[in-house]
Amino acid sequence: MLAFLVSAIRLGMTFLLGSTGETITEKSGHLNLGIPGVMCVGAACGCYAEYMYFKAVGAAISPVLAVIIPLIASLLGGGLMGLLFSFLTVTLRANQNVTGLAITTLGVGMSEYIIDEASTIFTKGSKYFTAHLPFADDLGWFGELFLSYGVFVYLALIIAIVTTYVLNKTRVGLHLRAVGENPATADAAGINVSLYRYGATCIGCGIAGLGGLSFIMDYLNGNWEYCVDAIGWLAIALVIFTVWKPNLAIFGSIIFGALYIASSYITGVSFAGKELFKMLPYIVTILVLVVTSMRSKKNQPPQALGLPYFREER
Amino acid sequence: MSKTESKKRTPFVHIVKRDPASLTWYHKLLVRGVAIVAALLVCGVLITLLTGKNPIEVYGSMIDGVFGSSRRVWNMLQGVAMLLCVSLAVTPAFKMKFWNIGAEGQVLISGLACVATMMFLGDKMPLWLLLTVMTVVSILSGMIWALLPAVFKAYWNTNETLFTLMMNYVATQLVAYFLKVFVKDGSGVLSPMDQYGLPVIGGQAYLLNIILVALITVVVYIYLKYSKQGYEISVVGESENTARYIGINVKKVIIRTMLVSGAICGIAGLLLVGGTNHTISTTTVGGRGFTAIMVSWLAKFNPLYMILTSALVIFLEKGAQQVSTDFRISSSISDIVTGIILLFIIGCEFFLQYRVVIRKNRKENA
Repeated sequence: MLAFLVSAIRLGMTFLLGSTGETITEKSGHLNLGIPGVMCVGAACGCYAEYMYFKAVGAAISPVLAVIIPLIASLLGGGLMGLLFSFLTVTLRANQNVTGLAITTLGVGMSEYIIDEASTIFTKGSKYFTAHLPFADDLGWFGELFLSYGVFVYLALIIAIVTTYVLNKTRVGLHLRAVGENPATADAAGINVSLYRYGATCIGCGIAGLGGLSFIMDYLNGNWEYCVDAIGWLAIALVIFTVWKPNLAIFGSIIFGALYIASSYITGVSFAGKELFKMLPYIVTILVLVVTSMRSKKNQPPQALGLPYFREER
Repeated sequence: MSKTESKKRTPFVHIVKRDPASLTWYHKLLVRGVAIVAALLVCGVLITLLTGKNPIEVYGSMIDGVFGSSRRVWNMLQGVAMLLCVSLAVTPAFKMKFWNIGAEGQVLISGLACVATMMFLGDKMPLWLLLTVMTVVSILSGMIWALLPAVFKAYWNTNETLFTLMMNYVATQLVAYFLKVFVKDGSGVLSPMDQYGLPVIGGQAYLLNIILVALITVVVYIYLKYSKQGYEISVVGESENTARYIGINVKKVIIRTMLVSGAICGIAGLLLVGGTNHTISTTTVGGRGFTAIMVSWLAKFNPLYMILTSALVIFLEKGAQQVSTDFRISSSISDIVTGIILLFIIGCEFFLQYRVVIRKNRKENA
């Protein structure tokens, strides 16, 4: 049971990073369906940086650099994909859905190319990401449940909490939400709509890129799998599931992680039944989507979600 | 306004919306042509950098991969037909600004229904009856998969993009589940049931698919352009308020259009499973549901242009596959090339809809 929870949390943090990134993006009114591609690129850039770093330094590996370099590479990789997305959707006013899907195609292709060029095994680098506090093992179940994780789990939690704070308590967050709800009004109030949309999308994509890296380096212990994009779609689902709130997403992501891996932990389910189990995160998301649209007026998507903004258009 | 002030207030470049009528057809063709050529150049440079090969050789290998033999040409035509069919399916909904990105799931679920019919009824009825049942079952299941998000959109304005996206994965998992139930040895691979496939005409396995899709293209074109329902779709897409004002029942139009969309997806599922593979796997649709969205959008929802855009996408896909085998580089190059070209074409639309006006200098202003 404990192993199940720990595993769910580790996978959940991948979802959390992805969905926090997408939430920031969506708050600015951008529905970025390129997140799966962005996560792939983030993962591949991080892994490639690690590969190059090890190649360059040989045996003299500094544990801190071995963590920092891939993190920065994956942030940059994700952020650049975000820049590409916002250039097309903000500056060139392209359709967001179509651009997002094209970004996903491109991102999946790019990540696979990078990985085929480098290596699919990053277990050596993964050790630095999964290293945990030395005294965690002595603290029994408490240590295992709360302290046994690598850097990504705590990083994801911090990012989610900071994002919640910035979105709800600061001026920048207020402006960002205004841009996502009604860009014309925000523009009239003197907020630079394009700047906010660019910024939110790039930062969001950078964070989502980290999510991709955490999936490979933390959850899979450095063994590359060509399925990061599937995780990306679930991260988008998580955004809806948690009604655009990164603090709820902390719990939502653990639930998603648990649902995703439940099939391999629950005994007494047939071989085929496990496939039905994997359906649960999607069904739950649909239910949340339906219930929120029927019931409350509060937990709605940003009103301008998916719409381009052009000042001269009325 | 003084000169200095006017200079300060006018940005150096600013963007003006074009009057759609001011564009001539050759202008449109030119902008898109330039975008495609530029994209091909970028891809050529990229592949040359990656492989160190002469770009001419790379393009030659692409063309060889698509037109090199009659089998390759048939493969290409089949690829175009299947992609076109899914694109036609999403088009009515898109024209209504209903972002159905669930074609993947709608096609897959109708393929599943088709396979189930072949398995359980195949030996119980004559072939003509079986084929009829397969057709009906596939179309119905595609319609059901499309109906769900449509009803929720019409009555509660549930976000259809996210709803249909989730339905894709439900369909994928259902297929994975039934593959494990159907296939007793647990391998999850269903052997093809060639004896129950759609008839082969003219000795060419893909000819029937191609002819059927050509027919659907014409029907969808006429439906969208000349029928009353097609007109209603355009009005709802342009402005829901206008539609309501002139007495169109928006809810009814949304649901009806999605049923049409789902039905065509059902046909695509029938052709993929009954007409081509005679079996199913979770990757039978292979991302066509997503590519179709871009194909349809690039063609401005015009079914006739869609023949061109889907041919372009398939050409790139097959060509890049050939490049990857010829030059021994990762097959993912196909995705990269497709992605780059799509982004270029998406980006070039800007120059068709807007004009960049550079600030006139002070003398002229005064």
